[in-house]
Amino acid sequence: MSSKKQASSQLRVGDNPLVKWLLVGLTLFLTAILLVVPLIAIFQQAFVEGAAHYFNSLLEADTLHAIGLTLLVAALTVPVNLVFGVMLAWSVTRFEFPGRKLLMTLMDIPFAVSPVVAGLLYLLLYGNNGWIGAWLYEQDIQLMFAWPGIVMVTVFVTCPFVARELIPLMQQQGREDEEAAVILGASGWQLFRRVTLPNIKWALIYGVILTNARAVGEFGAVSVVSGNIRGETNTLPLHVQLQYEDYQAAAAFASASLLAFIALLTLLFKAFIEWRQERQEATL
Amino acid sequence: MSILIEHISKTFGQFQALSPLSLDIQEGEMIGLLGPSGSGKTTLLRIIAGLEGADTGRIQFGDRDVTNLHVRDRRVGFVFQNYALFRHMTVADNVAFGLDVLPRKERPSPSEIKKRVMHLLDMVQLAHLANRFPSQLSGGQKQRIALARALATQPEVLLLDEPFGALDAKVRKELRRWLRGLHEELGFTSVFVTHDQEEALELSDRVVVMSNGYIEQVDKPGDLYASPNSRFVFDFLGNANVFEGKADQGKWLNQQASLQLPKGIEQQDGQLYVRSHEFFVSDAPTEQANLPLKVVAINPIGAEVRLELSPIGWQSKDIWEIDLPHKAFDQHGYEKGQTVFVTPKAGYFFADDLAQPTPLHW
Repeated sequence: MSSKKQASSQLRVGDNPLVKWLLVGLTLFLTAILLVVPLIAIFQQAFVEGAAHYFNSLLEADTLHAIGLTLLVAALTVPVNLVFGVMLAWSVTRFEFPGRKLLMTLMDIPFAVSPVVAGLLYLLLYGNNGWIGAWLYEQDIQLMFAWPGIVMVTVFVTCPFVARELIPLMQQQGREDEEAAVILGASGWQLFRRVTLPNIKWALIYGVILTNARAVGEFGAVSVVSGNIRGETNTLPLHVQLQYEDYQAAAAFASASLLAFIALLTLLFKAFIEWRQERQEATL
Repeated sequence: MSILIEHISKTFGQFQALSPLSLDIQEGEMIGLLGPSGSGKTTLLRIIAGLEGADTGRIQFGDRDVTNLHVRDRRVGFVFQNYALFRHMTVADNVAFGLDVLPRKERPSPSEIKKRVMHLLDMVQLAHLANRFPSQLSGGQKQRIALARALATQPEVLLLDEPFGALDAKVRKELRRWLRGLHEELGFTSVFVTHDQEEALELSDRVVVMSNGYIEQVDKPGDLYASPNSRFVFDFLGNANVFEGKADQGKWLNQQASLQLPKGIEQQDGQLYVRSHEFFVSDAPTEQANLPLKVVAINPIGAEVRLELSPIGWQSKDIWEIDLPHKAFDQHGYEKGQTVFVTPKAGYFFADDLAQPTPLHW
């Protein structure tokens, strides 16, 4: 009787060791073959023809241009969505207005829609024969098959990230801090800079990291509107595909390793932010 | 500064949060807005602060009409229920905030601000915590910092939303006394919201009892207790037992229970409200009353023992509560399940067709 009691006090419900180790083992195995092995393979393949070839292929003019374009797209997309995301989150958490719920649903469209569809929609609207594009063409402005089009679809695809990070936090924090600041005499800008921004700082950085990661890696939408002009409208992900189709496997993997490297860096930074946040919450 | 509130009303969608109400608050007064949740007390406080706009009516601070003045320019002190301290700023920076955001022309020099902040922290006896963050403070400390922050700009009106709601009983009592002292020392006009009748009665110069967006009664605590003017106020101030009586031949009857009418009282049906300590308890009916009850619980509470009683052979909406001094209780030694008879000594009678009560004595 007493030994039975002891056993039941040590094991919680569902703590069967067999189940536990079976599940943990299976998870580790799947993680390895689905995530870790492919990642290692990228770097292995990139260096298959030696380090010299690796760096030479990265320094090729078209590759350098693709890297530059990708960075340009990210550099333009991130600030736009940073501002837009803060505005969106502020609107839906601080104001009551008709259509607020609808807006919160609409902002997830870029997540729900396939990026290829997004690309096609932009082509339809802004292409030379499109509704807006035809008029722009008359003004001698070309958006599609040029870098502005790539930025536009990337902005579309990445627009929910910042707002999605901010909304739950701002809802949870409520508006009392802001009310307190206004009662104490703060102007709108003082309120934002000294109270709101510090409160949402970490979530904002987190949202920016995710936006950046997606902006760098986006393929589907970009491939529709880019026109794949080598050395002109090729971003890094498109460039990887072109090189691969040209049977330059090692070069393709070298470019891909760059993308993977950026991704790893992003994850590292994200882990750091999470660690910071947890530490901050622990002191709260 | 005096506050004049005239015909203020407010609706949220379909919900009438405040029906047009008026209130005149004297300079230096401490006013408690007392009522259950949903009574409109917090809405009224937020309208005074300017955090909500009223649908109708006007508000005046002294002889200045502030109805259309932005919160920022009303210059009131406001203490939030959950303190709303800025979590990323130190205690000192929190207190300094109201001074830091002043327009450059009015802003004191950094050293002057520092001096004023330290003075305020001394006043709330927390100068040693100046460099801590709000998350490192206890509830009572946060409350005092919130108060220091609200007072930094030297407002003439201080508004407090459930200031002691989230604190435990002992800290609450301490802070109440401390706030009262501060109020008397600095002489600002304060309005606070509470649902705790004890807090309202202890702290206020006058208590405003609210329900469903109306003001039920405005009175000094003593007067409010002595002469509640409605059933609601009576109920809300608590500790009253209600006897529903049909008048018949000089008695109020309720099934098998009966109670003699005091001399000189007109024969009317209605409810008799008797406070829990206005009773005499016996083992048998008295000449005046036959109110048999069964003891269902015995709770020693502070200086008294509370008996919870349920009627035998008559109807009452709620369980009756009767408070006895320990001495009287010990002498008799009541037990759970026992039958007792109670006789009221004094009470208030609300005739069915009247809102105003008549005080009774036997």
